[in-house]
Amino acid sequence: MTKLNPKVYTDDVEQLPTRKGFGEGLAMLASSDPDVVALCADLTESTMMHLFKEKAPERFVQIGIAEQNLVTVAAGMSAMGKYPFCSSYAMFSPGRNWEQIRTTIAYNNSPVCIVGSHAGVSVGPDGGTHQAIEDMALMRVIPRMHVIYPCDAIEARKATIAIAGARIPAYLRLAREKTGIITTDETPFEIGKAYIVHEPEAGGLAHVGVIACGPLVRFAMLAARDLEKKGIKAKVLNLHTIKPLDTESILALAKETQCIVTVEEHQKAGGMGSAVAEYLAQTFTVPIEFVGVSDEFGQSGTPVELVEKYGMGREDIKTAIEKVLNRK
Amino acid sequence: MHLTDTEISALEKTANEIRKSIIRSLVEAKSGHTAGPLGMADVFTALYFHSLNHDPKNPAWEDRDRLVLSNGHICPVLYATMAHAGYFPVEELQTLRKYGSRLQGHPHREFLPMVETSSGPLGCGLSQTAGMAIAERMNNGSLSHKHFFCMLGDGEMNEGNNWEAIMLLGKEKLGSVTAIVDRNLIQIDGNTEDIMPLGNLGKKFEEFGWHAQEIDGHNFEEIVGAINRAKAVHDKPSVIVARTIPSKGVKAWEYDYKWHGKPPSAEEGEMALQELLRN
Repeated sequence: MTKLNPKVYTDDVEQLPTRKGFGEGLAMLASSDPDVVALCADLTESTMMHLFKEKAPERFVQIGIAEQNLVTVAAGMSAMGKYPFCSSYAMFSPGRNWEQIRTTIAYNNSPVCIVGSHAGVSVGPDGGTHQAIEDMALMRVIPRMHVIYPCDAIEARKATIAIAGARIPAYLRLAREKTGIITTDETPFEIGKAYIVHEPEAGGLAHVGVIACGPLVRFAMLAARDLEKKGIKAKVLNLHTIKPLDTESILALAKETQCIVTVEEHQKAGGMGSAVAEYLAQTFTVPIEFVGVSDEFGQSGTPVELVEKYGMGREDIKTAIEKVLNRK
Repeated sequence: MHLTDTEISALEKTANEIRKSIIRSLVEAKSGHTAGPLGMADVFTALYFHSLNHDPKNPAWEDRDRLVLSNGHICPVLYATMAHAGYFPVEELQTLRKYGSRLQGHPHREFLPMVETSSGPLGCGLSQTAGMAIAERMNNGSLSHKHFFCMLGDGEMNEGNNWEAIMLLGKEKLGSVTAIVDRNLIQIDGNTEDIMPLGNLGKKFEEFGWHAQEIDGHNFEEIVGAINRAKAVHDKPSVIVARTIPSKGVKAWEYDYKWHGKPPSAEEGEMALQELLRN
């Protein structure tokens, strides 16, 4: 299995926000890739884009609070041979500028990376207006668009560099909060290639497959380990790329376990779980339980309170696993 | 740098041919927009047959000026002008809006790579033009001779995205950009000043740091002169508000907003062509 952070299951695991990993990756690109440019809509420090701006101020464009302009100016720069990263909060980009992204980036085939930070209810006290829980659905229905949601800051750094290398239209989903580090510098990262992050300690075939994305991957790992005490053997797949879907890894897991739980900090409708279900419904039908938000808006609170309130906590994942096992 | 009488007469003749091609292609397509394309035929002729630095035989020439059509629905005039300029055969105009055609109902760069952007959804051409000009300044700085034109409709100035771009271009002092607004005073639902009053557009641009000119969009001397003056302003972007007559050239349709979004029937088209043949 892939080499992970040895402290991933412990309470004193290192904590960093995924947006920090993005900022570090982009700062590395400032030196290594002269055609990478960065644009921001007045959230340069919040989205950690200032790490790039400090190294390459001449390749940074301050757009002001204008998300429609943010992505369309980026599309124009792409047409002239640049590879732009444009960052804001996910609620505003892609939340506010969806048609501009569709027409000027995807349809126009002008590759740009849209960076949506502060996604999910774990934004916390800012409340429901600022908690994007529909953004992956918005982005994954656009032809040509890639959707990537890293599980930790290290993976976010690698994803940023990989996206620039691939020169693709992409949506990179990031979180505000510090979350546990799961991977290491050595953990391989490839766009579109999921990998197993938890296997049953006892070995042998797993009883249930858990497919997770984003920082909740660690919650899924913790839930899986808890259930081992009850004799339930679970495998957890980190599906960091929601589009294109790694159908090979998903099919292999479904065949082994005959039942699946999906875990994401997003509406159940249209998100990663939906993508997995769309694929399995057409190829290999197994019972599926979805862990995510059930057609509701968020509210103010601490990240932990909100993740639990909306049914995505460690206990909720365990409940979903037991439920899907009963449906086998 | 004035145009000679011979040059003006040649441009007028070309614009008349372009208007005929527009009408023929719209009659054949049985759908599409009439008023805007006919109204902008003179401005497009001046650009493609006089002012633009371009090479129809080498559309991907890196040093070409860029022309972004923001109001994609007037593409019949872009297609007809490009065909007459030698980008593709004039006969291809009769495939407009048909299955398998490179000439999509609204321009698509993937099908017709010689257009700079795909467009149709309004209000995002100027910001793409801004991105192009900013990227070019990063690449070549003051050595660049490329000019970036963006063609806009006045109705589309209702879109907030345009004003975001106007602010950015003013802030960035991008003298390499010239926006040309088709001030024909109509949009689909009626007259622009009833639907959403725009007032003095040039003054509004000026407030955001632009150089503004207002011209008669059917007078080649004025069109070419305004483009020359716009290109000579290096420390701010330029706007040319071109007053045009919607459906210009076909008397019975001129000024009528009802011709914004519909094509002529075969009979109407024949009547219009007879009128243009007399020019």
